[in-house]
Amino acid sequence: MTQRDIMEFDIVIVGGGPAGLAAAIRLKQLLPDESVCLVEKGSEIGAHIVSGAVIEPRALDELLPDWADRDAPLTTRVTREEMYFLTQRKAFRIPALARVMPHLANHGNFVVSLGDVCRWLAAQAEAMGVEIYPGFAAADVLIENGRVAGIVTGDMGVTRDGAQGPNFAPGMELRGRYTLFAEGCRGSLTKRVMAHFNLRAGVDPQTYGLGIKEVWEIPAERHEPGLVLHSFGWPMDDRTYGGAWLYHFGRNLVSYGFVTGLDYANPWLSPYDEMQRTKLHPVFRPYFEGGRRLIYGARALSEGGLQSLPRLTFPGGALVGDAAGFLNTPKIKGTHTAMKSGMLAAEAVAAAYTADAPEPDTFTDRLQASWLHQELSAARNIRPAFARWGTMRGALYAGIDAAILRGRAPWTLHFRHADHETLRPAAACPPPVYPKPDGTVTFDKLSSVFLSNTNHAEDQPIHLRLRDPALWKPVNWDIYRAPEIRYCPAGVYEVADPDSTPRLTINAQNCVHCKTCDIKDPPQNIDWYTPEGGGGPNYPGGM
Amino acid sequence: MKILVPIKRVVDYNVKVRVRRDGTGVETAGVKMSMNPFDEIAVEEALRLREKGAADDIVVVSVGVPQAADTLRTALAMGADRAILVQSEESPEPLAVAKILKTLVEREKPDLVILGKQAIDDDMNATGQMLAGLLDWPQATFASRVEKTDDGLTVTREVDGGSETLSLTLPAIVTADLRLNEPRYASLPNIMKAKKKPLDTIAAADLGIDLTRRLTMLSMAEPPTRKAGVKLGSVAELVEKLRNEAKVI
Repeated sequence: MTQRDIMEFDIVIVGGGPAGLAAAIRLKQLLPDESVCLVEKGSEIGAHIVSGAVIEPRALDELLPDWADRDAPLTTRVTREEMYFLTQRKAFRIPALARVMPHLANHGNFVVSLGDVCRWLAAQAEAMGVEIYPGFAAADVLIENGRVAGIVTGDMGVTRDGAQGPNFAPGMELRGRYTLFAEGCRGSLTKRVMAHFNLRAGVDPQTYGLGIKEVWEIPAERHEPGLVLHSFGWPMDDRTYGGAWLYHFGRNLVSYGFVTGLDYANPWLSPYDEMQRTKLHPVFRPYFEGGRRLIYGARALSEGGLQSLPRLTFPGGALVGDAAGFLNTPKIKGTHTAMKSGMLAAEAVAAAYTADAPEPDTFTDRLQASWLHQELSAARNIRPAFARWGTMRGALYAGIDAAILRGRAPWTLHFRHADHETLRPAAACPPPVYPKPDGTVTFDKLSSVFLSNTNHAEDQPIHLRLRDPALWKPVNWDIYRAPEIRYCPAGVYEVADPDSTPRLTINAQNCVHCKTCDIKDPPQNIDWYTPEGGGGPNYPGGM
Repeated sequence: MKILVPIKRVVDYNVKVRVRRDGTGVETAGVKMSMNPFDEIAVEEALRLREKGAADDIVVVSVGVPQAADTLRTALAMGADRAILVQSEESPEPLAVAKILKTLVEREKPDLVILGKQAIDDDMNATGQMLAGLLDWPQATFASRVEKTDDGLTVTREVDGGSETLSLTLPAIVTADLRLNEPRYASLPNIMKAKKKPLDTIAAADLGIDLTRRLTMLSMAEPPTRKAGVKLGSVAELVEKLRNEAKVI
């Protein structure tokens, strides 16, 4: 057992996304003299951030009302927006969008690079005295006497076989009176905390989506800053949730991406290929002609909403942001909700700190009384309606729920299955036929992963582990034909010798930390652990 | 012994660089920057010499934009004692850097200057040699092993087809190659301490050195992308293609 150094703080925050950074800033506003430490596994703040992103500035207005004077990177206002229902060749524009889908009205919102917003938030937080340490992964939770007492950062310089290499540096205990988990969707420590404190008892299973994104630079004459396009329908079938976005922002930049609901049933489905082929639809294709692709990335997101929110607090801390599942799915936005949840948790922590209470349990009441709860409550029935009735009837229901009932339906629809339970046997499903990449608009997976700048120090232990390797062949291969090779957007999983003695190969160095395998693996046999700090994608500015 | 370690802030080695649309250079806006990996090796070697008792004062210096201070903090977190930032435009030419370093050497009077053999951005591989020339000091480039002796240094250098061992008197210049060592990770407490270590900033213009650019870049372009391969049905087809398309046989 390695002797670990210990550092003590008042509050420790795990994760430097919008939720963690908003919590850090709010804490410093309320408790200016207490120490707040934030660790981030990415090599710098923003390095692991993937989002569309159209953001609603509501939470930011409350957190830093003078954000515009502080040069916040919210500069492209939404100017025009359209939602299309696609068939393979046609596109039907949804008329009177603001009335039919009021939650999608983007007036007053901004198209941003969320990575850049996080870098800016981090600079504000550091100026207020928050200690921010990127490149350090929170690898373990300290639970003592029934209370979370902090986290342990990952060891550095461990070799593939688990031995201490020449530059080995043991991880440290970062102890806090309160610890906030802001790891984003399917956080690896959040998962452990949920299990230990049984936080998911009595709530719906979480349901997820996988967002895969590209940033393009396009010719100026085709760039319309503030243009926001969304689509649903093709290429998904009626039972599969998913859709594309295309946003124009910044200097001739386009953010394009596709979200696939991870409750899909066909194990042959490849979210990556769906994303690529949607670019070829006449609605989207013209924007890519003559452009060049700059960045590629992927990240899972929590789509369950209110019904899937776990218990948020436990002795010694709370869950915030998408780690808890605060995304507003029908609105296709999670930044303002993540930030607001971080701010409410910070207020609860400050109250608990002053009262010397072990659990910041006023978080739940503060949430109940906030616009965040109202918003999630009004949106709560839409995603489950799609899960239950498919895209056409789900959309019809969504229109009635949002436009006529205004989110005040006297019933609540529930999620009945976790995403790892929804796959059907491969033999019972038709494999979709995906077009070959053309090298100009569509690309193969490996050349895409290259543009995520992902890297993991060589010779470290594989951070994707099978609990029981013997389970892979009879379950993943024999029943589902290795769905992981298709749902992984980074080419981590490969099957060697599929025709004779199929074996699973894990190319962990390709991983972009999206967490899809941890979510979708049918027997829940794959566990995502934190690799060495600083590893993973290095998304540049603009992502 | 006092050691001066010049370090450069460059585009991080994990970043796939891309040429600016207008072809004037590599895109650095919004791109992750970090310490040139060869300079990191130089810092590590200085620290190891200090740990062996051969050095007592390690000063790191960088020439560049104000953000190079972050790179200097990284070196301080690894264990350097003090830092100097000479503020200038982005990426001055090696001769200008060597002249600035010469001035700093005259001020700081180190016994040894260790720096990376080259920076991974422009791969010039020139600053160390130019500095040795300007100072008229002995130099050992591409070092893979550095040993302090009673009256100087023994340095093993990587040369074509093997290694070469040199004996140097101090003061001297050493440039670090890849195999010299494996740099340490900066620990959290050391990153915190580094925030309080001294970092002086000097404006390059105040040093009275001619920094005029002497090199002109004519053009910059990305390498051609590889074309997709084709599957052939027979050896005869392969021979036909090699002869008539590739024209290699």
